[in-house]
Amino acid sequence: MNAAKHETASSTSASPGGGIALVVKQLSKSFLVGKRRIQALHDVNFSVRHGVVTGLVGPDAAGKTTLMRLAAGLLVPDSGAISVLGMDAATQSLAVQGAIGYMPQRFGLYEDLTVQENLDLYADLQGVPEAARAERYRELMHMAGLEPFARRLAGQLSGGMKQKLGLACALVRQPPLLLLDEPTVGVDPLSRRELWDIVYRLVREQGTSVLLTTAYLDEAERCDDVVLLHEGRLLDRGEPAVLREAMRGRTYRVTVAGMDKRVLQNRIAQAPGAMDALIQGDHVRVVMESDAPVDFAALCPAAAGIEAAAVAPRFEDSFVALIKAKARGDEDSSAQMTATTTSPLLARGTAEGSAQSGGVPAGVRLAGVARERVDTNQVQHIPPLPAGERGQDQFARPVIEVSKLQRRFGSFYAVNDISFAVSRGEVFGLLGANGAGKSTTFRMLCGLLPPSGGTLRVAGADLRHAAAAARARIGYMSQKFSLYGNLSVAENLQFFSSAYDLSGTRRKQRIDWALQEFELSSMADLTSGDLSLGYKQRLALACALMHEPDILFLDEPTSGVDPLARREFWSRINALAGQGVTIMVTTHFMEEAEYCDRLAIMAAGEILTMGTPGSIKAQARTAAQPEPTMEDAFVGLIMAHEHREAAA
Amino acid sequence: MMTHGDRNRSERAGSSRMRLRGLIRKEFLQIVRDPSSIAIAFLMPIFLLLLFGYGVSLDSEHIPLALVVEQPNSDTADFTAEFDHSKYFVTSYYASTRDAEQAMMAGRVNAIVVLRRDFASTLRRSDGAPVQLIVNGVDANTGRIISGYVRGAWGSWLAHSAQKRGEVLRVPVQMEQRVWFNSELRSRNFLVPGLVAVIMTLIGALLTAMVMSREWERGTMEALLVTPLSMREVIIGKLLPYFILGMGGLVLAVGMSLFLFEVPLRGSLWVLFAASALFLVTALSMGLLISTVARSQFVAGLIALIATFLPAFLLSGFIFDIGSMPAVVQAITHIVAARYYVAILQTVFLAGNVWGVILPNALALAALAAVFLGLTWRNARKRLE
Repeated sequence: MNAAKHETASSTSASPGGGIALVVKQLSKSFLVGKRRIQALHDVNFSVRHGVVTGLVGPDAAGKTTLMRLAAGLLVPDSGAISVLGMDAATQSLAVQGAIGYMPQRFGLYEDLTVQENLDLYADLQGVPEAARAERYRELMHMAGLEPFARRLAGQLSGGMKQKLGLACALVRQPPLLLLDEPTVGVDPLSRRELWDIVYRLVREQGTSVLLTTAYLDEAERCDDVVLLHEGRLLDRGEPAVLREAMRGRTYRVTVAGMDKRVLQNRIAQAPGAMDALIQGDHVRVVMESDAPVDFAALCPAAAGIEAAAVAPRFEDSFVALIKAKARGDEDSSAQMTATTTSPLLARGTAEGSAQSGGVPAGVRLAGVARERVDTNQVQHIPPLPAGERGQDQFARPVIEVSKLQRRFGSFYAVNDISFAVSRGEVFGLLGANGAGKSTTFRMLCGLLPPSGGTLRVAGADLRHAAAAARARIGYMSQKFSLYGNLSVAENLQFFSSAYDLSGTRRKQRIDWALQEFELSSMADLTSGDLSLGYKQRLALACALMHEPDILFLDEPTSGVDPLARREFWSRINALAGQGVTIMVTTHFMEEAEYCDRLAIMAAGEILTMGTPGSIKAQARTAAQPEPTMEDAFVGLIMAHEHREAAA
Repeated sequence: MMTHGDRNRSERAGSSRMRLRGLIRKEFLQIVRDPSSIAIAFLMPIFLLLLFGYGVSLDSEHIPLALVVEQPNSDTADFTAEFDHSKYFVTSYYASTRDAEQAMMAGRVNAIVVLRRDFASTLRRSDGAPVQLIVNGVDANTGRIISGYVRGAWGSWLAHSAQKRGEVLRVPVQMEQRVWFNSELRSRNFLVPGLVAVIMTLIGALLTAMVMSREWERGTMEALLVTPLSMREVIIGKLLPYFILGMGGLVLAVGMSLFLFEVPLRGSLWVLFAASALFLVTALSMGLLISTVARSQFVAGLIALIATFLPAFLLSGFIFDIGSMPAVVQAITHIVAARYYVAILQTVFLAGNVWGVILPNALALAALAAVFLGLTWRNARKRLE
């Protein structure tokens, strides 16, 4: 068949550079947004090897999607060039497009077409010969696990299945190079795992080269090579293990008996020499500035009975270290502060040594602290101090009480018979695959959707009868950051305060408070649509807090923001919880699940399990998996649930 | 034996055909599944045709008329019978002018005819009997029509009664009227053909602009662009399905005009269809041109509404006569494609194949189509910026 010849022809021309699939040379690209020019990519250089998975890793607005579009010939660079399979992406775009497989961020599926019709369309567009189709379809459908759904409309698939169908469509012609733009964004951990399995099978069995972008740092560890992008610049590149190993000897798990983990985290974050401190279930994970041995007792004198043990480094540690090092470099070269980058925040944090209330763990300078050499593998024992500032009795009175809650849409139960209670000052997480019923539960709790059955009390008010009264005491922030993009920061705050019935001096007080507390004073007059994602998120949180709510609902509040902004966000949330605000949060980041006091994992409208992060992880402990991660626990629970469903 | 080049070329042509086939099939599946495009293509035309065919009429009939007869006698009865039996009026009698005026204030009647006490006695004098007519002039058009009708009724009654008395009414100039093309003066006869132009604009420009921008909005365009599709194929892949859909809408509209509203078709059907095909290409290229600038359905819909649909309604001569518009507006109508199409439609339906009208208008349509398509071609690039 001449199609087969065509195939071999393109795959031989695919590797002219001998093992290099894609070369990026001094690539720069800027966009004009309104009157401002935004530099999306700044002099980026790297190459992508053949037959491996290369991850383009970075937070939102790092320039990942721009780079992918440049590689696919959809954009033309300002300067520099991308060579794809030996062809120039800008001048030979049609030839490049004929050779590669590409899945855009929104998968490019026609939702009103069935799975089969979508495949047919892309097979037609990619010129797959009729005779070869039946075999190829069978292969792809099997690989994506879509066999039972061939006749289903793509719009009725779950998020994970849509993503797999998008991948199948991009693979219909068996391309030598596959570009995937954020294939796992908004996809639950189980589907993410399946997607990764597919990608690796392609690489292994068909020698496909894959370049994919991701904002999940834990996914970077699954790549063969990573390219780290931040604010349009290349931070570093290499094998993730090598990057990670650079952090060895700098990571510890720290606990103090009888001390609240948030207080402990706050203390350590402000200690000299500590670069990063994160809550991990029942302990605090600490990353140090250097691999010099640490005396935690001296580091954190207030915390008696401190226990510290060395733990394995993670990829995220190196990423955070790189961004912080870069931020410090910017500061040293007295880089100017702009509203669109997170660096002013870092520079500020660095300059002042530490940040206020929440204790932003931003670049803390190494102070001249004397350190002794200690065997880091040994657990250190320090006599205990009185318990933390937060007592235990505050969990006594439930603020949210849900009992036998149901929500039916037609004959479909989106939420089926769930019960839980959340106490004052507790951080309660709701985890689940797409379509598990998290959002429906949230909407009912906020009084936006009436339940079909069961009872629901929020802040002491029965939502069936007094939804408005309850709503005055809750704040809500969603991943879409419902701000008015064409209003300024101050105008947004004014609007939301009036929406919450604040007026006169109180309104002014709250706006001043928000500008101060969230460090937004310097940008009060900027259009909020022009802010960086991290700042938008701050503003959204400030708006949700204008009326000092007792309960704060956060619906995937951190998706897309970079790890530093995420840390800062959580330090604020922790501070709020410390003040007695009850927090309910949904998230896809397993990392963030660890920050919660308690979690519920949902699937198909039911709660599969509920408990502290530690107890949930403990459920997944097996001989083969002595130290399960939250993701392992999650995937295990969902899979067990699916097996039960299949058996029933 | 085919040379290598030949085979390459035929292979390329073959895969181009395959791509087009895939695109067109996709488009039809989407049309069938999407209730909103079905609604725009078929339900909207039916609704508009029914509305304009039955509901909206520029003829004034059944005008509520108040009659005040101060002293009834055989002459006044004879005269008012003229109104009673007219299809233009619905009469009601009032005892006094004041009552009738109140009825007019309340909007119950649109005009008042007063026959004075001395009607019968002055009737036979040389200067004739005065009849007072009070017309509600808020709607100037209806006001003029009413006064014309009343005057006509008065004139014909005078002639009648003179004839009855065996006299010949002496009027120095006699006007003999004949109405051409639409002899019954049914407004439906020219509204319905004009409406066909509005419907074709709806399917051609509005629907096409919306479905194209939908591809941008939903991100499917990005996926299409990263296939070996050329921009030419993307454009043809959109033009063809909506051309067929538009012709379907045309058959529906023409069928309804001929059989339901009994509008005469004096020209030939093939001229009608050929002109419609030409206009449809113009409308489609306007829709595609809009979608090259507007990348959200909302903006595309709004531009299409303002730039194509409203002009087709207001500036095409479909309802308002272009000749009586101010000169500036008249000049603007020259770039409204619907104007030429409405002229052809009204000619073909009501007059026949009058080539002197059809050919220049068709030429203008072709020129506009070429301009719009050319601009679309130039604007549509396989890039995201």
